[in-house]
Amino acid sequence: MSRLVIIGNGVAGATCAKRVRELDQEKEILLISNESPYFFSRPSLMYIYMGHMKEEHTRPYEDHKWDEWKIKRLQRSITAIDYGSKNCKTDTGEMISYDELVIATGSKPNKFGWPGQDLKAVQGLYSLQDLASMEKWSATTKTAVIVGGGLIGIEMAEMFLTRGIRVKFLVREKEFWNTILPLEESRMVSKHMKEHHVELMLGTELNSIHSDENGRVKSITTGSGEKMDCQFVGLTAGVSPNIDFLRESELKCDRGVLVDRQFKTNLESVYAVGDCAQFIQPFEGRKPIEQVWYTGKNQAMTLAESISGNNVCEYIPGHWFNSAKFFDIEYQTYGTVLGKCPENEATLFWQDNSSYRSFRMNYLKESKRVTGFNLMGIRGRHLICEHWLAEKSTVEEVLTNLGALNFDPEFYRTFEVEVVNQYNVVNPESKVKLKTKKGLFSKFFKKVEGSIPC
Amino acid sequence: MHTVSTAPELNGVQKISLSIHGCGWMLLIASAYSPLKSNALVMLSTSFLLITIGALSYIWKTEMSRPQGVSNHHIWRSSLTNGKALCYLIAFALTSFYVIYYWSIDLFGYEIFEPCYRLLDPLSYALRGEATVSWFFYGTLYTFAVLVTGFRVLLKYRHNRYQVIRTSSVMFFQTILAWLIPGLLVLFKQPEMYMNYSWPLSYKDLWPQNFMNLVHSPTKLGFALAVYGLIFTFILTPILTYYFGKRWYCSWVCGCGGLANTLGDPWRQLSNKSEKAWKVEKVTIYSVLVFVVITTVLLWVSWKFSIFVGFSSGLSKTYGFLIGLVFSGAIGVGFYPIFGTRVWCRFGCPQAAILGMLQRVFSRFRITTNGSQCISCGNCSTYCEMGIDVRSYAQKGENINRASCVGCGICANVCPRGVLSLENGPLDTKYNSELNFIGEMKSK
Repeated sequence: MSRLVIIGNGVAGATCAKRVRELDQEKEILLISNESPYFFSRPSLMYIYMGHMKEEHTRPYEDHKWDEWKIKRLQRSITAIDYGSKNCKTDTGEMISYDELVIATGSKPNKFGWPGQDLKAVQGLYSLQDLASMEKWSATTKTAVIVGGGLIGIEMAEMFLTRGIRVKFLVREKEFWNTILPLEESRMVSKHMKEHHVELMLGTELNSIHSDENGRVKSITTGSGEKMDCQFVGLTAGVSPNIDFLRESELKCDRGVLVDRQFKTNLESVYAVGDCAQFIQPFEGRKPIEQVWYTGKNQAMTLAESISGNNVCEYIPGHWFNSAKFFDIEYQTYGTVLGKCPENEATLFWQDNSSYRSFRMNYLKESKRVTGFNLMGIRGRHLICEHWLAEKSTVEEVLTNLGALNFDPEFYRTFEVEVVNQYNVVNPESKVKLKTKKGLFSKFFKKVEGSIPC
Repeated sequence: MHTVSTAPELNGVQKISLSIHGCGWMLLIASAYSPLKSNALVMLSTSFLLITIGALSYIWKTEMSRPQGVSNHHIWRSSLTNGKALCYLIAFALTSFYVIYYWSIDLFGYEIFEPCYRLLDPLSYALRGEATVSWFFYGTLYTFAVLVTGFRVLLKYRHNRYQVIRTSSVMFFQTILAWLIPGLLVLFKQPEMYMNYSWPLSYKDLWPQNFMNLVHSPTKLGFALAVYGLIFTFILTPILTYYFGKRWYCSWVCGCGGLANTLGDPWRQLSNKSEKAWKVEKVTIYSVLVFVVITTVLLWVSWKFSIFVGFSSGLSKTYGFLIGLVFSGAIGVGFYPIFGTRVWCRFGCPQAAILGMLQRVFSRFRITTNGSQCISCGNCSTYCEMGIDVRSYAQKGENINRASCVGCGICANVCPRGVLSLENGPLDTKYNSELNFIGEMKSK
């Protein structure tokens, strides 16, 4: 009986373990984590802090399931790996042998060498331990400074505000998350944040962090020399692979553990998956390291197929999609929409004047082929977007059937007519007519199937 | 994980509002139980105004001082809603109310709420043309609770049109069909009937004694009401459930559901989500259904052939006591703060059992999961009042088709990633999960 050891029980590690068990009843599976005895949903950390859920609610499977699935779990740190004898060494000195090893150790918050970055109450938000620490400092924090204009930063701001803690949000860019969001969406989020009393400081960098007599942060200085008192600093300028314990060994690493498209490393029977894996050959239009829930899950599903020996699978990432929530504004994206629209693409952007809702669709100027969607305050149907992107649908085809995209709850105000009208006004030569109304997209699929000659 | 700080402090307006609200109750109790004779109408309307104004202004201040959107802050941190000691105390108080209300005479030798009935007389005479009876007292309190806490729900979910319309609907049906119309029926000397209920939830509607009384009632309306009950149960229910799922009744019309989704809303997250609870629920709810069906059939057999008369009458009394009073009332409402808001609907209601079976196999309703967007966060499962582990379906990309789902729509509301949507559609797409796996894999 061969033994599979997985280091890390985040979404990649836990999904891999569960999927291997579904495909292989025999293999011994050991899931090692120093963070939590049970797999939990990392994006939920904020909800625990805000009191929406308790920690146990964030566990996707009931605790007893892991024993039922015969997936052993061990709460240890791995400090070193002997690839020759196939052994992992734990912080307590135990040796754990493996036949196959999966490295799924996730990420850690970035620190860019700021003076004072290791002071007390200066931290990121990634792990349960980070959350516990944030909880600990909250009681004695009046003002928190958050550095880095991304998704974790805005979550941290939302968290602190529920405790009545004043939030100063330092964003280096001119607009919030402007590397990913186009200007209009960025501004919408900024406006919304201010409505929630976030003190947003755009174009502001962190220079240094200063200590009080107990080694805790008491103030910071910005790039322009402004000093601000604070009792907490959130470092949320992105994350990087959590693989320090693997460095300087025969395992080839760059920023992450280098893997091919089957998640194989340079060493026999050693794989890496999820946030900590870096593709040697990145996919077209994609980053070599993708640190998103969905990619971790899909990568692990693929790897599990290979490990269980059913069939050797090559990862195909599919069309990009992602989602987030900025306070009360839901955001979904399908396909590729960049902060700056490329030369050969046109964009159709509609914004509701009275609420935080917008619709954006990018398409190639020449062929009118749709390349991506950005939705704010609107829920879009994943399958239909995937279908349009896969079928290389044109902007007219999409607009004609725009109702199929609408995944909002019943009775919500629709946007389809306004979007189509706007397109027709801007492009007078086209006369798109909205045909498919909101409702189950299956009707639309039936129509598509019906139109294909057999 | 230890927690230090709790929910934010009350502000001045909230404190004053709660004080006014409390004074209203004190005045009400004082004027009802004081030996001094006072003008019932003046005292009733004054205390009613204080209670209402206090409650509404507290709710307004609490809900409107934040931007609209999902707001479940501090729910698991507040002792009022986290299922711990204070919740047990509230549950004890609620259950005690039912025990005293049902069995005051057995317990104390007199009707403890009698003075309250007298205080309510001006209203009862105005609406029904008679002195207050116990059901009118209870029904008025019930309707008042639905309206006041319904106002809170309307504001809390004001960003969500489905919730606003649905809540308005339960407030309307409770006030008009379960309070105003029964009152007017009494006023015009017609048989009293709660129009938003039918057999088997309102089990007596089809029991021979009540049913034949209606059929043979001297007024024409009696017969019409008997027919209305039959149409409700056997025609309206299957048709509407086919088109909209069980929600048309449980979350839009029913008074029990109405109270659960208004008064009970702060405790919806306390329902048990384990597979074990699901197993228990299946046993208990279908047992109650079998119980009511057997009792009803036996009663008709006894009525027609005059056999097993003692047995069927005993059975009907047992049902009325165990299920009608204890389960649906004392436990069903009293245990909101311990087992979540839908204790009765989930574990006991025979109407829900029938609607659920229809919904499962013969309904266009389902909750659609949106492709692969689920992040397994757990908000949907946590806030499901029926204890459905919604996430277990959503994270697999499967649609949710569960008999117990009442279609309240809160899972879709709390989902931070736009994954869930309540939809009605063709039966052949009810379970289409194979379409939903998007991370493609290629075999080599």
